[in-house]
Amino acid sequence: MGLPQAKLTATEARLAALAMPEAPGWTRLGRLGARARLEAMGLPGRRDEYWRFTNPADLVTPAPVPAAVFEPSENPVFHAMDRLRLVFVDGVFDAAASDDPALAGVEITRLAEAQALDIHWAAELYGTLEARGQEPVERPMAALNTAFATDGVLIRATGRAEKPVNLIYLHKSDTSDAILHHVIRIEPGADLTVLENGPAAARFNKVMEVDIADGGAFHHVRVQGRDHERRAVTHVFARLGQESTFKSFTMTANGALTRNECVIELTGDEGVAHVAGACLGDGSDFHHDDTIFITHDAERCESRQVFKKVLKNGATGVFQGKILVQPGAQKTDGYQISQSLLLDEDSQFLAKPELEIYADDVACSHGSTSGAIDERALFYLRSRGVPRAEAVDLMVLSFIAEAVEEIESDVIRDEIVERLAQWLARHRR
Amino acid sequence: MAALDNADHEGVTEIRETVETVQSMAGKYKYGWETEIEMEYAPMGLSEEIVRLISAKNEEPEWMTEWRLAAFRRWQQLEEPDWAMVDYPEIDFQKQYYYARPKSMAEKPKSLDEVDPKLLETYKKLGIPLKEQMILAGVEGAEDAPAEGRKVAVDAVFDSVSVGTTFQKELEQAGVIFCPISEAIRTHPELVKKYLGSVVPQSDNFYATLNSAVFSDGSFVYVPPGVRCPMELSTYFRINAENTGQFERTLIIADKGAYVSYLEGCTAPKRDTAQLHAAVVEIVVLDDAEVKYSTVQNWYPGDEHGKGGIYNFVTKRADCRGARSKVMWTQVETGSAVTWKYPSCILRGDDSQGEFYSIAITNNWQQADTGTKMVHLGKNTRSRIVSKGISAGHAQNTYRGLVSMHPKAKNSRNYTQCDSLLIGDKCGAHTVPYIEVRNNSSRVEHEATTSKVDDDQLFYCRARGIDEEAAVALVVNGFCKEVLQALPMEFAMEAQSLVAISLEGSVG
Repeated sequence: MGLPQAKLTATEARLAALAMPEAPGWTRLGRLGARARLEAMGLPGRRDEYWRFTNPADLVTPAPVPAAVFEPSENPVFHAMDRLRLVFVDGVFDAAASDDPALAGVEITRLAEAQALDIHWAAELYGTLEARGQEPVERPMAALNTAFATDGVLIRATGRAEKPVNLIYLHKSDTSDAILHHVIRIEPGADLTVLENGPAAARFNKVMEVDIADGGAFHHVRVQGRDHERRAVTHVFARLGQESTFKSFTMTANGALTRNECVIELTGDEGVAHVAGACLGDGSDFHHDDTIFITHDAERCESRQVFKKVLKNGATGVFQGKILVQPGAQKTDGYQISQSLLLDEDSQFLAKPELEIYADDVACSHGSTSGAIDERALFYLRSRGVPRAEAVDLMVLSFIAEAVEEIESDVIRDEIVERLAQWLARHRR
Repeated sequence: MAALDNADHEGVTEIRETVETVQSMAGKYKYGWETEIEMEYAPMGLSEEIVRLISAKNEEPEWMTEWRLAAFRRWQQLEEPDWAMVDYPEIDFQKQYYYARPKSMAEKPKSLDEVDPKLLETYKKLGIPLKEQMILAGVEGAEDAPAEGRKVAVDAVFDSVSVGTTFQKELEQAGVIFCPISEAIRTHPELVKKYLGSVVPQSDNFYATLNSAVFSDGSFVYVPPGVRCPMELSTYFRINAENTGQFERTLIIADKGAYVSYLEGCTAPKRDTAQLHAAVVEIVVLDDAEVKYSTVQNWYPGDEHGKGGIYNFVTKRADCRGARSKVMWTQVETGSAVTWKYPSCILRGDDSQGEFYSIAITNNWQQADTGTKMVHLGKNTRSRIVSKGISAGHAQNTYRGLVSMHPKAKNSRNYTQCDSLLIGDKCGAHTVPYIEVRNNSSRVEHEATTSKVDDDQLFYCRARGIDEEAAVALVVNGFCKEVLQALPMEFAMEAQSLVAISLEGSVG
């Protein structure tokens, strides 16, 4: 079956502007496979059901829409934490700005360097989880990434990492178009935390493949946006073994367009997967989309999706979440909540929270709500002497709290709450 | 009574028994018999000629024929939708009959002696009360006889034609028009012209467009301003002929301040080949008017191996055009091999209200993809959705719905609850809601759960001396209760027993 003409034209135009690395080494097969997938499905278009609420136009054009470099005055997030920093500037690894990647229990290599070798532990993973994640829904932006990624890191955790790995994405050029691909392998019983922050580029396409072996644990905290004009599409593909843990939290504060997809497969019994997000959007040029797909393919697994969006001045928030329970995935516990707080008449919330269940002994539920701030609660606070603006902030923070509580580390959680409060203070109008 | 420490084990056994009972029910479709009656058919297949022929059989005016042809031309451009979670072999639209009527209906019978006894027998067997049955069969004068109990006027549609409508005279006295739509096109063209296709346009979707081209009959209701319809109205659809699609069209108009409650029932014989049913229902509700539309859909669901059954592709939509208008859809979906149905409400008038209550039960190889759309356009509009899906055997049951709050629908409210119950590990239950909120003064709440019959609830009941079977019945009944309560009296009993037949088996 051929692609519709418009899709074909857009895909060809985009492909013409991309090139695979000259010496792709062991990534070659993975890249070629992804390119074939991409050509077969074509880039996303406005009429695709999976892009119903988010217009992918700016993500698929041959050249990115320029985005002004923005230098925030405050310290970057996580700056006070003891962590191993790996810095990318407009999608290119900056060794000088980064820490020495030696870390007990963790093996870190740079994709652009490692792929010059003939063999690598990541060879069997690169593009593998992404390819698995193309069923039953196509994710062409991820296939594009696998085929054409210019850089990234390959992290293998063999024990308990003594400190988090912090991927820092700096933005220095108005027209940068970055494609990063990370592969993370958590060996049995190993434990790793990865932090991500920074605007990255004018346009950013990022894939993170995370393979968690039995008993492994992976924690992920990401801060993106920060009043930036950039456009981003990111994918996390995670595969969980028996009794393993995956926890991911994302804070998004503005950014012109953000589409975060998270595709999780629970393949071993008693796995635990939590995905959470807090999103703050101010202004009609803000569009944020969380698209989650969790597949339960083993018994007694638990999954949670907790997403909160605070939208004002014409901002748009999107949530597409799905829990798929495969036949035989008995005793599944699946929970999903997506809520939005609309602070003015022009903002909007679009959601499609789905359940698809083929096993009977399960407890799955989802909830989705949308509405304005509770004027009575506001009145109560004001009657006790709290000024209106502060009262609103207080209520917004309490609204977001359920998502933020998904972060396990107290230190990181406190920092996120502080950043949320700072953003709210900056956006009181 | 089992000992308490045995409770868990018993609970499991209990569920298994229920599942077995459910499975054994497959051969127990009550209405699977066939009426042997001489029929006349239009030639097999679909073409402009067939569309013209159907129009001619109904003695339609030219504008109606043109309307149908426009729809047919549009239909040829459309593709069959494939987004629903249903899977069935490709339908050959040229291998269907689009028109079939009993030969004896070529001329309307004037007295009991003239009515084909087989038609009489058919409706008697379907359980329509005798008095109504006489009238149904087209006996003139029987309307004057006092009806027993509450009156329900019935329009009976047999394959492609309406064979009779009861209580027409009494309804006329109240100003209510209740007649086959084929008749309304001739007798009330101004109303039909004004409203037909105004809620579900000819080009709305693949099946609705097909229906617009080939619909043969259905019911027409007009309730004039300020009139509370003196009785419940109902249409009973019976598919009898083989390889014949039924395409009925219903148009209900509640003028300002009017009220009507309308019931719809349907059955079909057991056959090995699947049959097509594509209906369109349009409801127009003006200022302060209210319409209640209740369906008990019991088309033949196919056998326990998924052979045969009705493909039920239905477009139902209500347009709450007037301020403070109200629509309530209630459906009990137990039949059909494949169901594709989304009764919807366009809440256009300020302060208008839409409600949707649904029980969808799928068993064996049945597939149902059903739900609703609530489109809030006016200010202070309210909607409520309660959907209960029960899935057993190898069945797939999907709730698909849309709640849309447009920017101008200030201070609107929606509450949605979708619960699914799974019996057995081979079936599926799915929820696909779309929620679009484009203003902040509106509140939207959506909740969905999926679970099996709860062991704790069973245990609780049994600890209080309720025997095992009754406990399951209680839990399942409790699960459906909110919807069953929304049904009018006339249907509540039938629906309750249908739920029992489908899922409780020997319980009770």
